[in-house]
Amino acid sequence: MGQALHDLWFGFGVALQPHNLMWSVFGVLLGNLIGVLPGMGALTAISMLLPLTYVIAPVPAILMLAGIFYGSMYGGAIGAILLNLPSHPPHAVTCIDGYPMTKAGRGGAALGVTMMASFFAASVGILIMIFLSPVLEVVAFKFGPTEISAIMLLGLLAGATMSRGSPLKGVAMTVFGLFVGTIGTDVISGTQRYTFGINEMSDGIDLAALSLGLFGIADFLVTINRVEIKGSDAKVSMKDMRPTKAELKQAFFPMLRGTAVGCLFGAMPGTGPTITTFIAYALERKIAKDPSRFGKGAIEGVAAPEAAAHSKTQVDFIPTMSLGIPGDAVMALLLGALIIKGIQPGPQMISEHPDIFWGLIASFWIGNVLLIILNVPLIGVWVKMLQVPYRLLYPAALFFICIGVYSTHNSLFDVLEVAAFGVIGAIFLALDFPMAPIVLGYVLGPMLEENFRRAMLLSRGTLSVYLTRPIAAWIIGACTLLILAQLWSYARRVRKPPTLGSQELLVE
Amino acid sequence: MKPLRSFNKDRVGAGVLILAGAAVVAQGLSYRMGALTRMGAGFIPVVLGTLLMLVGVAIGVTAEQGDFGTAESLPTEWRGWLCVLGGVVGFVVFGVYGGLVPATFLSVFIAAMGDRTNSIRDAVLLAVGVTVTGVLIFVYGLSMTFPLFTWG
Repeated sequence: MGQALHDLWFGFGVALQPHNLMWSVFGVLLGNLIGVLPGMGALTAISMLLPLTYVIAPVPAILMLAGIFYGSMYGGAIGAILLNLPSHPPHAVTCIDGYPMTKAGRGGAALGVTMMASFFAASVGILIMIFLSPVLEVVAFKFGPTEISAIMLLGLLAGATMSRGSPLKGVAMTVFGLFVGTIGTDVISGTQRYTFGINEMSDGIDLAALSLGLFGIADFLVTINRVEIKGSDAKVSMKDMRPTKAELKQAFFPMLRGTAVGCLFGAMPGTGPTITTFIAYALERKIAKDPSRFGKGAIEGVAAPEAAAHSKTQVDFIPTMSLGIPGDAVMALLLGALIIKGIQPGPQMISEHPDIFWGLIASFWIGNVLLIILNVPLIGVWVKMLQVPYRLLYPAALFFICIGVYSTHNSLFDVLEVAAFGVIGAIFLALDFPMAPIVLGYVLGPMLEENFRRAMLLSRGTLSVYLTRPIAAWIIGACTLLILAQLWSYARRVRKPPTLGSQELLVE
Repeated sequence: MKPLRSFNKDRVGAGVLILAGAAVVAQGLSYRMGALTRMGAGFIPVVLGTLLMLVGVAIGVTAEQGDFGTAESLPTEWRGWLCVLGGVVGFVVFGVYGGLVPATFLSVFIAAMGDRTNSIRDAVLLAVGVTVTGVLIFVYGLSMTFPLFTWG
């Protein structure tokens, strides 16, 4: 513990270096700006700015990406509360009570509470990260290729089945993502796979091209001329952001409970933030004295899910960094960026790159402070940004996508990849398939394949190592439980008359 | 906006997955398979393709009866689709034959024309604005290598 504090002190030193701090501020600001824009979620923000980080050193790059991430998370909350527009899925729940609050003239207070809840939850999450990481690091060293591939399987299964919507469709997209990850040169044999003789494809599909196709272009294709996104006429000034004493009192315990829910789920690899926010909301509703207030502007319905999302996000960095297993698509993107920078997350990362790991933790806290400092005076600007009409926004965004992808390798071929994945993504979106598992599969795919092949090499091709090695056996047991739980819930659904599916959680 | 013929989203999705899986397997079989002890390059892709097909079958079998993708949810939107894709492809084409300035201007203009509420005047103004900002940020700010004007 003393060591952890000492390391953290070192981390603050790294994060506060003017050069690093500058990129962090830059990231928070840009993330917030893009996150606020209607229809631009955290995933779009990170993918769009990902290419920018290729040119800077690893430490500031990852600090900037993390800044973009929480900046856009917070920006997304603004859109959700003031416009009823969840551009990042975890905010879907925030809309339910946040927007009615705006209509009742308390939108500012909802934003204020969101800010406090996220700051509090993030701080708790950071503390957990500090004290849990060294423990996990010790455990992680016991992990060989067998255990690593087993836990990756668990993460992928959880990511596929525990998001909203059909679990089978999630699994399908995960497998598709794993396949996309195999495109390019096979690391072990050097064979060109699925490149069709095209030279540019031998390095594989570019992460930025894939994610911008799926989260950018696909989204434009589905949204264009279909959804009318109206600007908000809500006016929020600095003064409005201060919640009343009664509101604060009402929001306090939901905030604590939301934080706890988030931390609990953060430790589980593969459970995305969306499901966490739904559970936090459902919990508040269940224990509320007067559940009928929910959906009509209950401040608890804003505080709890926002707190859950933020603590979950922080704790999520633990499996991402120490095991190399991202919890959701955003983490997968961050992980992908690290790998591009030549840094392999995993048990060795904390000891090999202490500057990145502890610098990142320290910068989380600094970033969250920055968010508050920035958002209080800038709220008027953000509200103005909400009024930019979609018809002007998407062509400009399209250009930034093209040039961003081009700049990663100075290759126009990558831009064509964006178009291809845009079409693929739009087809899957139209058929109600989730997009996020594709990125998760893509990033984990090559690592999973490598570890699985190594595990099989070491065990001379006996699959039973997954059951004879104790840690691996536990993980495989957890996988089996997950699958059984899905089968059980499917059997229950078939027996009962059709229910509303994803709506169930909220009705309960 | 003419609606596509109504169909069951899950069934179509299942079909897409089965076809995709079959294609992955077919191509994957041309790489060395190897055995579990020493897996060749084709092993994992073939397994993944097979999984895709199996999941596709499972989705098809468990699909609920009836039509889901009806007129409201899936109208064809050719103008929007062509313009968005045209914007991206245009950026590549005019990037090679023209350079950054024409590529930016035309891709933004083409993309903007996809929205029915955009007038030609608005699209031109937007394209000019984005071109100026883009060149300032990427060429002068980040000194990216992309010729402003070029041919081939």
